Amino acid sequence: MSSFWSAWIIIITLGTIAFCVWILLANRKGEKQPGTDVHTTGHVYDGIEEYDNPLPNWWFKGFMLTVVFALGYLVLYPGLGSYKGALDWSPEAAWQEEIQAADERYADLYAGYASQTIEALQDNEQALLSGQRIFANNCAVCHGSAGTGAYGFPNLTDNDWLYGGDGETIKTTIIGGRNGAMPAWLPIIGEKNVNAVAEHVMKLSGREVNEDIAKQGVKVFNTYCAACHAADGSGNQMLGAPNLTDNVWLYGGSPELIRHSIRNGRAGNMPAQNLLLGNDKVHLVSAYVYSLSAKAR
Amino acid sequence: MNDKIPLQDIDLPDDAVLHVEPEVYDLYKKREQIYTRKITGFFQKIRLFTGWPLLLGYFLLPWINWGTRQAVFFDLPSRQFHIIGLTFWPQDFILLAALLIISAFALFTITTWLGRVWCGYTCPQTVWTSIFMWAEQVTEGNRNTRIKLDQDVWSVNKIIRKIAKHTLWIGIALLTGLTFVGYFSPIRELLPNMLAFNLGNWEIFWIVFFTGATYGNAGWLREQVCMYMCPYARFQAAMFDGDTLVVSYDPERGESRGARKKDIDYQAEGLGDCIDCQMCVQVCPVGIDIRDGLQYECINCALCIDACDEIMDKMEYPKGLIKYTTENRLQHKQEHSLLRPKLLGYGAALALMLTVFSVAIITRTPLQIDVLRDRGVLYHTTVEGMIENSYTLKVLNMSQATQRYQVTIVGIDGLLLLGNSAFEVAAGKRTEVVLRAQIDPALLPNVNTPVELIVTTADNSTLVSEETRFIGPHIRY
Repeated sequence: MSSFWSAWIIIITLGTIAFCVWILLANRKGEKQPGTDVHTTGHVYDGIEEYDNPLPNWWFKGFMLTVVFALGYLVLYPGLGSYKGALDWSPEAAWQEEIQAADERYADLYAGYASQTIEALQDNEQALLSGQRIFANNCAVCHGSAGTGAYGFPNLTDNDWLYGGDGETIKTTIIGGRNGAMPAWLPIIGEKNVNAVAEHVMKLSGREVNEDIAKQGVKVFNTYCAACHAADGSGNQMLGAPNLTDNVWLYGGSPELIRHSIRNGRAGNMPAQNLLLGNDKVHLVSAYVYSLSAKAR
Repeated sequence: MNDKIPLQDIDLPDDAVLHVEPEVYDLYKKREQIYTRKITGFFQKIRLFTGWPLLLGYFLLPWINWGTRQAVFFDLPSRQFHIIGLTFWPQDFILLAALLIISAFALFTITTWLGRVWCGYTCPQTVWTSIFMWAEQVTEGNRNTRIKLDQDVWSVNKIIRKIAKHTLWIGIALLTGLTFVGYFSPIRELLPNMLAFNLGNWEIFWIVFFTGATYGNAGWLREQVCMYMCPYARFQAAMFDGDTLVVSYDPERGESRGARKKDIDYQAEGLGDCIDCQMCVQVCPVGIDIRDGLQYECINCALCIDACDEIMDKMEYPKGLIKYTTENRLQHKQEHSLLRPKLLGYGAALALMLTVFSVAIITRTPLQIDVLRDRGVLYHTTVEGMIENSYTLKVLNMSQATQRYQVTIVGIDGLLLLGNSAFEVAAGKRTEVVLRAQIDPALLPNVNTPVELIVTTADNSTLVSEETRFIGPHIRY
């Protein structure tokens, strides 16, 4: 904070404490008429007087003790403006200490998990529960708490993988992230060809199509699409090019949505988790994700 | 001066006092030690019956076991508060609020009727101060001996007596502090650990704190707590009415007070029953003179009643110069029965809160659920074309046994629930279950439909439901 505001805080804080002490001491002397035992303030309003009874000494001493405590506190801890305090305490430092303590506490546990393969961890209930926690906090926001995905976010419970479904590949996907790059074909092939190749793609996945239009799409497919999606449309896991012969559509499988994908392209993004979670936690959550597709395998 | 106020010349007489020097005093007064005289009597016997059961209850309760654990155990780290067969959770804190309201209304009702009986007979401050006063009596002697001892110079006798007294005080305080912490940290392990110097830092801190607090409050502060700290003394005036039973001196009978020979006709001499022996002042633990009338310091302990009755017996006068009576009775005003509006009002409020509390406890469901609907993914379409919503269900088993639960969903015809919908939860544990609800889009009429997730126990004895939403697409592709 700026020096003005620092001074502002210091003056008001110390001033208030000084003010309290002054009030405490300034009102010490009461006066009473000699010969009576009754302490009054001396004022009389319409015949009504006001008592001025003494306060207990222990109360006074207790109050002074709190003043001493306050001053001691302000010396040791931050409170007077930009002064950091003799103990150098800060919320960030306290938090760092707690993180360190937690890391030390769990280091062995994580190391134990990290030394096992993801496939081996499938039998470890505790590991999968930990993985589920990490998943719920970090992944469920896009992939759903059940991992079944949504429009644009893959379903992790099936056995259909863009980049590969074995443990290590899943971990690579999570740690480094992925960037899907489906080019926009409209400017290159034109609307008529977009329509035709979409019809051919639907035929590849075994759907009822208009045969004439589909035939026109074959040449377009072999020229432009086969490079990534393979001649038979089975996809390429090295590139993340989807398998077009199954019935799993990341961006929707209706004719209009397939045409949209071809026309405008797609740019799916899986954020890299290595900086956010670190290797050990990614290892655990990969094990969990791998377990989600167990039934489908 | 103007014309309105006429000016007058006044000649003061020679002996007129113009200004009196006021006496200066310090506004912070040192506490005057009160030396109470020990007496016995009818009301002190009553206090045995009110004090001892509470003390025994306090000290013995943590030692009673219920199954594998302590019967009364407030497990702060787990946030579970065990009272015999019931376990309360932070979610049940509204019951604690109800309990506090009941305590407050009980206090108001009793006070309006019987005055400050809580203070005199059952308040922990009074009970512990009495114990510490007994310790004082045993080590330092009776009232006059103690006054002389304090005025004496330091001698071997004085040192030994003082050490004995404070040792006894600290011992009692330590037992008290240990027992208190024993409600939060199982006492059967706490005591051996303490003797083996094997305590955790927090346990040490709290035991020392409560020992110190007991020692300070009952040994040193005593009536200062009642006079300056406790709000009860200050708002008694709001609850008392003319028919509240309070410890009172009867000035009609007692005045004018004065010493006299035993067998004379004192009334002919204009004297009242009060012989001004000051016994009532000497026994008073808060150091007041009850003959001055109703005071906020008076804790209604009735020591002055017992003291005066003893004197009255010796003088062969009738008892009851100081007695429990009402203001209206003393002033010969119209007395009212118990069925007066103020008391009835408090009593009704108390009865109502007791009923509410009992019903709440009896009908309490030891099961709590929380439904977290997926928010990042509002809905999604499965491969088969069904519309699906995901929910995370948190189930808290607040009972003391493992339970089997079953989940169902209602709200739309044709809505299916998938996932682990039948599961077990251990006692006092919380489980998270991920469930999916699916429906054929043709059967889904609205975009946003309220649905209910219902969790039941295997025998259908407990049922808890929570409302959530099922969301579907606005545009159907």
